[in-house]
Amino acid sequence: MAPLPQVIVENLAKTYRIAKRRTGFLGALGGIARREYHLVRALTGVSFELEPGELVGYIGPNGAGKSTTIKILSGILVPDSGRCQILGKVPWRERAAYVGQIGVVFGQRSQLWWDLPVVDSFDLLRDIYRVPPARYGQSKDTLVQALGLAPLLDVPVRQLSLGQRMRCELAASLLHAPRLLFLDEPTIGLDAVSKLAVRDFIRELNRQRELTVILTTHDMDDIEALCHRVMVIGRGSILFDGTLDRLRASVSPERRLIIEVPPELPLPELALPAARVVKREGEQVHISFDPRVVRPAQLIGELSASLPLRDLYVVNPPIEEIIAKLYGVFDL
Amino acid sequence: MKPYLSVLRIRSLVLLQYRMAAFAGMCTQILFGWVRVMILEGFYTSSTALQPMSYAQAVTYIWLGQAMLRMLPWDGDLEIQAMIRKGDLAYELCRPLGLYEHWFARAIALRTAPTLIRALPVFAFAFFLLPGPYRMQPPPGWLEMGAWVLTSVGALLLSAAITNIINISMLWTISGEGVLRLLPALVLIFSGMIVPLPLLPEWSQAVLRFLPFSGLVDTPSRFYLGHLPVSQLPGYLGTQLAWTGLLVALGRWLLHRGMKRVVVQGG
Repeated sequence: MAPLPQVIVENLAKTYRIAKRRTGFLGALGGIARREYHLVRALTGVSFELEPGELVGYIGPNGAGKSTTIKILSGILVPDSGRCQILGKVPWRERAAYVGQIGVVFGQRSQLWWDLPVVDSFDLLRDIYRVPPARYGQSKDTLVQALGLAPLLDVPVRQLSLGQRMRCELAASLLHAPRLLFLDEPTIGLDAVSKLAVRDFIRELNRQRELTVILTTHDMDDIEALCHRVMVIGRGSILFDGTLDRLRASVSPERRLIIEVPPELPLPELALPAARVVKREGEQVHISFDPRVVRPAQLIGELSASLPLRDLYVVNPPIEEIIAKLYGVFDL
Repeated sequence: MKPYLSVLRIRSLVLLQYRMAAFAGMCTQILFGWVRVMILEGFYTSSTALQPMSYAQAVTYIWLGQAMLRMLPWDGDLEIQAMIRKGDLAYELCRPLGLYEHWFARAIALRTAPTLIRALPVFAFAFFLLPGPYRMQPPPGWLEMGAWVLTSVGALLLSAAITNIINISMLWTISGEGVLRLLPALVLIFSGMIVPLPLLPEWSQAVLRFLPFSGLVDTPSRFYLGHLPVSQLPGYLGTQLAWTGLLVALGRWLLHRGMKRVVVQGG
């Protein structure tokens, strides 16, 4: 393995030129004669590096440039400027040689042949990626076992549920043993059980095969469950790059204390200025506090003195709120 | 080569699943063939002038065309069209394959699989089940048969090259409506599908000979009939292959230009 980072991205920029559609009948008529264009700056300067075996979450609001980055990194789009070197290659310049070494899952699209049994699509991919038969058999068996696909292989893709299909899509992207895997919203639309199955699989894969994974998602539980490192993109550039804990700390140091009290009981005014009630749901009362100002013991002491507490626990605020706050800070 | 053969194979598998469409198409082809043969009969019996092709030859020419109808490049690959519209093209682009060759393999499948399942029943019907004057005749000899097979392969390659241009044109129009309305008319008339080309006016023959479309139906059919002597095979096969080469080059150029415009939108 080369001593250099596996993925080097420097100052990627991409601007789309989009034809303006005027509204109404006259507008449409005018559009035939003269097209106006406006420019959408999707990426303004994205830079990062990845080491082999990293599992990084790539998040950002809709339209922030996540998919554009993934498309450039997977060789589908050519950027306007910037440098990109992945596995020693420039994706869009050596496309055919490069894409043989990566795997891609687009959660909103399908790479399986709709009308045919799953295994037919797998066999086609074997030939497309020129995987030697012995290695293919081995790799297929491992994936079928890890993802529980055995009963699905002979079923036409159109008869699969979304969760079943997504497990098959994951397997399809890994049959050729790529060194780098792009997952673009792999858990979108999945039920809880399928989400957990997909997450477990990705975690194992990253650990056992030392596979580098870039995961984009809107589901913050995915990030929390899988990613040590998070990159946040907004308005075309990277706003944050670091661990999830640091992201939390940088946006808001707040902690949550959840106490359980009889539902009708009136709550006393809190004497501590840095703590406040944010939510009351049945028996549960959520109290937000800043651990740098109020020690948890102090807060609990005060509460237990005035209230008949049934139970209590301290948690981090949901990652969704953190991210929403972060987007708010940057006015996205 | 293997990846492309595998694409051809899997696309054929899908196409072979549409059995009802094949059956309905086959019935239409037989009906239309029969109508055309009867119209020809009307013309031949009402004219005393010597025609450039005998009635029996013209009947066989019509049946050959009907049996091989699905080989004509008058539509594109609906799956590619859907892929471009929905953005699944993204997956096609991250395969270690040449996109032109990938789609060419699909085009070959599109032009052969449906033809294979329909041609045999149409041939059986036209050879054995029709009354005498409407019946199809076998080729005069093995040489003619061989020339027919070779020029049919030439026609297939030519047809796939045109089909691929239709596929690639979807990158601009998305729905493909425009091309798909214009092209069938050109293909049907200039290939010999409507009226056998030798029956068209004398002055048009030289032009028809060198248009790409005559290579689709007219050339194979006339070698089958012995209407063109086998000695002219190299020239006609050469025309088919030259057009194929030219259209492949055009298709590649269009695809290269089209890919610069492609932006796969949305998540």
